[in-house]
Amino acid sequence: MQMPEPNQTIISQRDALAQGLRQIVGKDWVISDDAQRRPYQCDGITAYMAMPLLVVLPGSAQEVQAVLRFCNEKGVKIVPRGSGTSLSGGALPLEDGVLLVTSRLCNVLAVDEHNRVARVQPGVPNIKITEAVSHLGLCYMPDPSSQLISTIGGNVAENAGGVHCLKYGVTANHILGIQAVLMTGEMVELGGAYLGAAEGELDLMGVLTGSEGLLAVVTEIAVRLEPVPEVARVISMSFASVEEACECVGAIIGVGIIPAGLEFMDRKVLDAVSVLIKEKFDDRTAALLLCELDGTAVEVDALVGVVSDVARGQGAIELKVSTTEEERQRIWSSRKLAFSAIGKLCPDYYCTDGTIPRNKLPEVLNKMADMSKKYGLDYANCFHAGDGNLHPIIMYDAAKPGDLEKAEEFGADVLIACVDAGGVLSGEHGIGVEKRDLMTHQFTEVDLQQQQMVKCAFDPKDLLNPGKMFPTLCRCAEFGRMHVHNGNLRFADIPRF
Amino acid sequence: MLSHIPQAALDADPNVQLAKDIIGNCVHCGVCLSRCPTYAVKHEENDSPRGRIFLMKDMYEKGGVPDAKTVEHLDRCLTCLACEAICPSGVEYSKLIAHGREYVEEHYKRPLFQRAVRELLVRLIPNARLFRLAIFGGRLGRPFRGLFSGTLRAMLDMVPTNPLPAPSPVDRPQTFLPAPQAGKAVKPRKRVALLNGCVQTVLDTAINEATIRLLQRHGVEVVVAAGSGCCGAPAEHMGDEAQALPLVKANIDAWLREADGPDGLDAIVINTSGCGTSIKAYGHALRLDPQWADKAARVSAMARDITEFMVEIGLEKPATPTGLRVVYHSACSMQHGQRIVNQPKDLLREAGFTVLDVPEGYLCCGSAGTYNLLQPDIANELKERKLRNIRSVHAQIAASGNIGCMTQLAGEAGLPFVHTVELLDWATGGPEPVALKGQKLAAE
Repeated sequence: MQMPEPNQTIISQRDALAQGLRQIVGKDWVISDDAQRRPYQCDGITAYMAMPLLVVLPGSAQEVQAVLRFCNEKGVKIVPRGSGTSLSGGALPLEDGVLLVTSRLCNVLAVDEHNRVARVQPGVPNIKITEAVSHLGLCYMPDPSSQLISTIGGNVAENAGGVHCLKYGVTANHILGIQAVLMTGEMVELGGAYLGAAEGELDLMGVLTGSEGLLAVVTEIAVRLEPVPEVARVISMSFASVEEACECVGAIIGVGIIPAGLEFMDRKVLDAVSVLIKEKFDDRTAALLLCELDGTAVEVDALVGVVSDVARGQGAIELKVSTTEEERQRIWSSRKLAFSAIGKLCPDYYCTDGTIPRNKLPEVLNKMADMSKKYGLDYANCFHAGDGNLHPIIMYDAAKPGDLEKAEEFGADVLIACVDAGGVLSGEHGIGVEKRDLMTHQFTEVDLQQQQMVKCAFDPKDLLNPGKMFPTLCRCAEFGRMHVHNGNLRFADIPRF
Repeated sequence: MLSHIPQAALDADPNVQLAKDIIGNCVHCGVCLSRCPTYAVKHEENDSPRGRIFLMKDMYEKGGVPDAKTVEHLDRCLTCLACEAICPSGVEYSKLIAHGREYVEEHYKRPLFQRAVRELLVRLIPNARLFRLAIFGGRLGRPFRGLFSGTLRAMLDMVPTNPLPAPSPVDRPQTFLPAPQAGKAVKPRKRVALLNGCVQTVLDTAINEATIRLLQRHGVEVVVAAGSGCCGAPAEHMGDEAQALPLVKANIDAWLREADGPDGLDAIVINTSGCGTSIKAYGHALRLDPQWADKAARVSAMARDITEFMVEIGLEKPATPTGLRVVYHSACSMQHGQRIVNQPKDLLREAGFTVLDVPEGYLCCGSAGTYNLLQPDIANELKERKLRNIRSVHAQIAASGNIGCMTQLAGEAGLPFVHTVELLDWATGGPEPVALKGQKLAAE
């Protein structure tokens, strides 16, 4: 993974910069010691590591402002980080950049139950929002698998999804307002404090959501709260072939039902999981779908009937429907344990994330089988089928020279196949550094350039999280006075990194 | 996580190889941060399990003397093991941190004061007589507590102000036969050894007394084995294997003498979950010692928390169910170390109490063995948070299965704090726990 060449002049000023930042956040909250900086070298992807120049943990939005203003003046880059759970290397540090960690900004500031809004700081872990409002019968809907610890600020930056985003939408559908600090230290308020408050405003909040820390640092978020569904039941459906399971996904949505969640697991995952949960799956099963339905009791009972009929019509060989909450949890446990179960089969695995139209599932899954042969690496499939969000798990051994590179190439091939099938590079993990160099496969030069011009409007010096998302650095100074003809860039010979 | 520990280090010490394997299982997902008490207080990666795993990885990769910052962060770990209980990848953090601490003690020279305090604690705690003496000394020093800070002040603050109970006759080695029924001797259903512990025999003798009565009433023969004593955990938590192992071996010998004697032994019953966690790990601690490995594993396999054992043999119907509202505080060594979550609550319910959970119940109360003495600042913050959470459910009684937590919390909880067995004993015909006397409790 190639990153922009670190600026040695900045690195040589480390002590002075640390001094300046300590005056802003206090001496305890700037980490410059070698030993203590090391645990910050990576986020959720350990394959990519870099030592941050300094780690800074501001304690208020005002301190975030001051830190950004200070770094902007000194020309120092900033990498924002929440809990460090990114699976695309979004919070990978830069050797000449300050890692700005939001973990101390972890308060739920206010709950407005009448407007169903909570105002929270960016370092609040996703689940803590629901915990803070559950006594009101409310919850925060988006539920990425990392929700126990991934922060809401990080969720906004990556536009995180989760099992329930099929029915309820992703992060972007659940935030109402944002307070953010631009690289200059200027604070902006986008959106509003209640649903509909942002009507008539240019949707800059939408621009910021999913911008992977390239445009601004979010310091406060107003999130939508939803009533907790009265009842939820899950149907576990076994199929004798992967194709039948994939077709059933389309058929369920086709009859007009949007399940709360619709998940796919292949035989390899089931075998791995059955060791952990000590439960056998039917020998004929090649793939399993878990379909969750929620709502009022009457509604759910009716939907369970319809989905069961559809599944049988699609050739399901076995159906199990939860009747109690414990049973529902038990059926879900197989899905929740899937990744750790696979982790026990191999020394390392690499999980990537692409999205395709539902009807292309069989085609892309078949291609994966061919790729596995080509690279000589085993793989397993466990993913959010309802929205076509693939998470192929590629097994490898990091201690074997060349294995990681093979796994990365395998992953890249899968993503290219997704784009070729009319899909996109990411469903929820983001682009980060992991998929950065594949962006040219999904977007033309002009597309990318337009996106980079948005980046330049927010951060003309390219100091916020540079080296992520775009395969080339932003040339903001040029964009201002340049015409692009037929996608032909000036200075086309400037090297990519 | 891939590590690059030099081959020579791996060959030289099987514990380093084990550390490498455990580190290899960590995928750096960060879920452990959500349960870590020090992360909840400090919000800093270095004070999280994932951060400490990284620090230990670096420590082994570099070899030699660990740096002061690494030691500081490893010291701050409470060993509550909430991280291990939640880890989706099954990372055995308990073993990693235990060997990491041994490595620190072997290679790192602590400042004089720290060394003196640790040495003092390691010697005082396992020895009831010295511990009693220290408490008297502490009382003399207490008026001057304002002159001290940090650990010394925490030690003076910990000195109980209430008079200590006299040593209990039940804590001497002996055998207790099952309670006679209708005036007739009863043939024991089971025969168990009871660990009567070290600190517990000085601070709160009622716990062992209640345990013995409860077991006798349920037809169990109880033996306090000659030669058994401190489980070794206080020394082990400080990475001091040399002090811990003799205690461990003395217990193994004492219990196996009973187990291999004419009457045999069905279980080793423990009513302090901190000790239980440690005894269940004897097998691991001595796995590389050919003379002791099998014996230690046998003892670990026989170890049961009193609540596990009571669930196995079944609790008698309560004499008069009181319906009192009991908030159950699960010690970390109980819920995370031994993964005993429901048994104590189920028993309390069967015994006729209304059981309430503590919000944020997974968080440590800050006691953690000798932690509250060595890291008073973090310990106090966790204690305040736990007390707030306990008070928030408006219970009438608080119950727990670990003397350490009880000592940490009882004084300021604002409600009587008792051991779970005291309530079970009371409900099935034993005397009312001393802490409840004069409280005028009535079911709501």
